Amino acid sequence: MTEFTPLSAVAGGLLIGLAATALLLFNGRIAGISGLFHGLLHRDRQPWQILFLAGLVVGAGSFHHLFGSDIPQRADFPLVALLGAGFLVGLGTRLGSGCTSGHGVCGIGRRSARSVVATAIFMVTAVLATAVSRHWLGLY
Amino acid sequence: MLRNLSALLAGVVFGIGLALSGMVYPLKVLAFLDVSAAWDPSLALVMLGAVAVTLPAFALVLKRHQPLLATRFYLPRTTDLDARLITGAALFGIGWGIGGYCPGPALAALGIHWQEGLPFLAAVAAGGLVADRLGARH
Repeated sequence: MTEFTPLSAVAGGLLIGLAATALLLFNGRIAGISGLFHGLLHRDRQPWQILFLAGLVVGAGSFHHLFGSDIPQRADFPLVALLGAGFLVGLGTRLGSGCTSGHGVCGIGRRSARSVVATAIFMVTAVLATAVSRHWLGLY
Repeated sequence: MLRNLSALLAGVVFGIGLALSGMVYPLKVLAFLDVSAAWDPSLALVMLGAVAVTLPAFALVLKRHQPLLATRFYLPRTTDLDARLITGAALFGIGWGIGGYCPGPALAALGIHWQEGLPFLAAVAAGGLVADRLGARH
């Protein structure tokens, strides 16, 4: 459906790893996006959390608008599926203390057994959920 | 002040990495997670690229007594593989597999495709609050 883009994938991955390393080296913090996002809703949130997430939005948005992309945007993904998926992502990342970045990139980076297990599990359930939602339910 | 600046810059680089890698586009993500059709293995290389940096670099950084701009490292202390971790990871994967967004790309969508990013993030926040009600760890 989309083309294999090994160069930009590896380069983007290296940048993500570099950014996570910089946050640990300078701030002593783990770049776990779900934890930072959930943290926004709590009273003890700190400016650096908001700034990191704002930087992410600006960095990704600027790159997209400057360089464009061949990958089309979904026009009519059902709102109920979007909300259901988002709810599960919020519930799951809060219960499981992390997502692709916190467990997948940073947790594996510091050789955490919890993160290796979490990453293996969410990769498997993601593949299964995609198979069911696309091929059985006919979602995108 | 410097700490805020370094966090902002790290966030910008992280966001550029997400966009360059294609991970901000749910159809690209789903083309990776959908192993049945014309499989696009790109996102495996994103993960590999990121971990190729963090595996050696985190080990080096954590040899230091403290970070450059803070007094200590803030690392998760939990080490047990409990039901909460496993259930949470499984539910997260299901949500990711349906929508094609994990939290980073969902945030990035605010500046790329807000029509999806905004409702998705609202639902993420709601899910997190429900988890808190269930007594999740902070």
